[in-house]
Amino acid sequence: MSKRIVVDPITRIEGHLRIEADIENGKIKDAYSSGTMVRLLEEILRGRDPRDAWAFVGRVCGVCTSIHSLTSVRCVEDALDITIPPNAELVRNIMFCTQYIHDHVVHFYHLHAMDWVDVVNALKADPKKASEIAQSISHWPKSSPGYFSDIQARVKKFVESGQLGIFANGYWGHPAYKLPAEINLIGLAHYLEALEWQKEIVKVHAIFGGKNPHPNYLVGGMACAIGIDDVSGINAERLAYVGQLLKDGKEFVEQVYIPDLMAIASFYKDWGAIGGGLGNYLVYGDLPTNGYKDTSSYKFPSGAILNKDISKVYDVDLRKEEEVQEFITHSWYDYKEGKDKGLHPWKGESKVNYTGPKPPFDHLDTTKEYSYLKTPRWKGNAMEVGPLARVLVGYAKGREDFKAVVDKALKDLNVPVTALFSTLGRTAARGLESTLVAQWGLDFFDQLITNIKNGDTRMAEMTKFDPSTWPKTAMGVGHTEAPRGALAHWINIEDEKIANYQLVVPTTWNASPRDNKGQLSAYESSLIDTPVADEKQPLEIIRTIHSFDPCMACSVHVYDEEGKHISRINILGD
Amino acid sequence: MTNDATPNTQPTYYQEVERKGYSRRDFIGFCTMITAFMGLEKSAIGQVAKALETKPRIPVIWLHFQECTCCSESFIRSSHPIVADILLDKISLDYTETLMAASGFQAEEAMKNTMTKYKGEYILCVEGSVPTGADGVYCMIGGKTSMQILEEVAAGAKAVIAWGSCASNGCVQSAKPNPTKATPIHKLLKASVPLIKVPGCPPIGEVMAGVIVHLAAFGKIPELDRIGRPKAFYSKRVHDSCYRRAFYDAGLFVETFDDENAKKGYCLYKVGCKGPSTYNACGVMKWNNGTSYPIQSGHGCIGCSEENYWDNGRLYERASAFAGFGIESNADTLGKVALAATGVAIAAHAVATNVRKKKLIFELEKEGKQSEKELES
Repeated sequence: MSKRIVVDPITRIEGHLRIEADIENGKIKDAYSSGTMVRLLEEILRGRDPRDAWAFVGRVCGVCTSIHSLTSVRCVEDALDITIPPNAELVRNIMFCTQYIHDHVVHFYHLHAMDWVDVVNALKADPKKASEIAQSISHWPKSSPGYFSDIQARVKKFVESGQLGIFANGYWGHPAYKLPAEINLIGLAHYLEALEWQKEIVKVHAIFGGKNPHPNYLVGGMACAIGIDDVSGINAERLAYVGQLLKDGKEFVEQVYIPDLMAIASFYKDWGAIGGGLGNYLVYGDLPTNGYKDTSSYKFPSGAILNKDISKVYDVDLRKEEEVQEFITHSWYDYKEGKDKGLHPWKGESKVNYTGPKPPFDHLDTTKEYSYLKTPRWKGNAMEVGPLARVLVGYAKGREDFKAVVDKALKDLNVPVTALFSTLGRTAARGLESTLVAQWGLDFFDQLITNIKNGDTRMAEMTKFDPSTWPKTAMGVGHTEAPRGALAHWINIEDEKIANYQLVVPTTWNASPRDNKGQLSAYESSLIDTPVADEKQPLEIIRTIHSFDPCMACSVHVYDEEGKHISRINILGD
Repeated sequence: MTNDATPNTQPTYYQEVERKGYSRRDFIGFCTMITAFMGLEKSAIGQVAKALETKPRIPVIWLHFQECTCCSESFIRSSHPIVADILLDKISLDYTETLMAASGFQAEEAMKNTMTKYKGEYILCVEGSVPTGADGVYCMIGGKTSMQILEEVAAGAKAVIAWGSCASNGCVQSAKPNPTKATPIHKLLKASVPLIKVPGCPPIGEVMAGVIVHLAAFGKIPELDRIGRPKAFYSKRVHDSCYRRAFYDAGLFVETFDDENAKKGYCLYKVGCKGPSTYNACGVMKWNNGTSYPIQSGHGCIGCSEENYWDNGRLYERASAFAGFGIESNADTLGKVALAATGVAIAAHAVATNVRKKKLIFELEKEGKQSEKELES
């Protein structure tokens, strides 16, 4: 007989997520993932200026900030056939890389580390020994016995004060924590250090986009005109600053994040066999090196992998109706032709219809509708998106840069390639792609400097910015790889206005409820068979869920004045 | 691990800062900065320092409703290192879904503990709007609606801070036609608790730090303007403190993005800058430790701290086209700026930048007058 447990709120994520799980004999037998917040942005976008859309959809998420804005300007540029200047592509790429490094480091230390690092146990550490370990895995300067001893003293006093703030009621002492006290101390020290560091790297966004969170983008390029000898705008000093920030970011990734990740992973190799889930992976690809339209030039290649078979990578086409479809069988929406039909985003239609229990409630009825998320499928398959998918597709396509970092990590941890299909693999992949992205950011920066030296200072293509130059109707798709996975926006423009705007986002792929055939999505699937030592302290559940880096924001639907559905937007997370 | 401290035994800010290894000098430096941020007189530094030395830590509950977490992200960007330290573990941040270790039952229990133990003492921070449509089911946490949670938690709060535009004015989800009936916090508070609105999408990190430290230092809310925002940060228009203001006064404008004028850093008014109608501290404090702000990076202000800013006209539409927008009727009036004043403004700019020569000033004036004519036509 299984027992149903509920984890709500899932914390250390963006947004509102609820997990219900059935536990039998100390293992999860079934799991249900529910998104419990919507903002219904649809009618808000309809009828507005397509050039403004990036600002609206940018507000979908402030954690993976900038990535929806990037996707939005791309879908408008696609619709209007605008090719942006190379410098604008480079600046967008640099901002993309900056976002990854920031987001992945913050995820690892501030959203995920406390699933593996026992903060209270760090008090038992020998600072001298911690220092020796730290110095053996990295040349990061802050690693003296005194440094660790100070951190320990600060935390000890903090704990003794009795007011534990964000550490209150953590699962400290749980048997699933396996790190030696010294590694716990190193993790804790770097938690605090990363908190300081993270506000530096985002200055790249402030320089090019004016602020972070929510930097500014522009249809046609970027607004940050290059005035290399001018006091204002992007001049030599600003560019030098960007270069320095990118170097510092790479240093932190290589000397703090990766050594910590590998050290912690070496004690949790059993999680290389837990939390694998679907085994299907989907990547749209990004980071163009020869223009956005040339998908073969992407640093992150696109493709799909099915059933963990990395000998074959399938092509993905977002414009094809039969490829991406969304289902609502278990979602709080209605379709005109019934609950079991799947619709391509272009033809999406739905009406929000909450049929769950009246709050306050204890349990959802998971045999019926139980989430504000729809359920996207690729050619009918449930797919996982995110860092693991990207790393696997790069690896499966035989890309040397991916192979180098993956093979080294597998060798260092002494685990087989199959260990990638797991909770540990997901968390490791995020780190591995960070090392690639940190270097690519510098490469893009060098290319930008070279272009400027060669006299090309163009930053925006404005000949089609005036709506009077647009065709009467136009449609476009923009895609990216958000930190949390494949993201695309679809737009219809009519008479200079948005007729329809749709988003299918990474966390919708991963966190959605089951589909019309009863197939589980990535979160639910990955939880099956996960051991739960103490059902009152569901540490194992949040480990696997956090390995996806959930980012819930909203699911949005459009209807006309009569309540008849015209089109829909589904926004969920980054 | 216990959680049974009483307010009396809480360490003071100064004790906490000392523990972190900061010197007295660092501490005073921090007080000086935060005093300046709060727009107080220099004589208040001692007062702030003393208050921080002697006041116990305030428990804080930080709720998330209809939002995107940009406020929390901005908050952790607050620039001075000591600010991050104080605000992350010097205030007792007892509930925040973004950062807290515990999930589910343990998370809710942590909040309940604080609500019981520190009734009437804790600060409630709200990030996000509350959907009131369909009886509140568009935002549910732990099986309750955000309406229910807000009511419960606000009842025992000493003060409420509405972080960002979502909580202050509804932000993007309340833009027309506001399908979920996204509602700002002030419209829902039943208890008569003091409320501070800190609008912006997000607010500047240092502004958020400044507001919290003010509460901590003085035990009362900062001086607010007529719509409930701290005067220190929202009393000036972005336009008033803009470093490109001289170009505006001289009638020198960017015509399209990335044109020659854009490269020279002219005023962005004609490409839609909402600085003239936006009250915020961006021009003064800038973003991300003073690195830049939207205008400095070539894009106009989008007015994100203003009520209904999503419905106040399109982004790239010149601001004067707004109904009831009084830019032409105040001291900034274009075309009425005395020539001498224009020269002075440009000359002042020239001194600052060391690039403007007399001949250049003359040419700029000529260009500016031509530009004004076009603007008026």
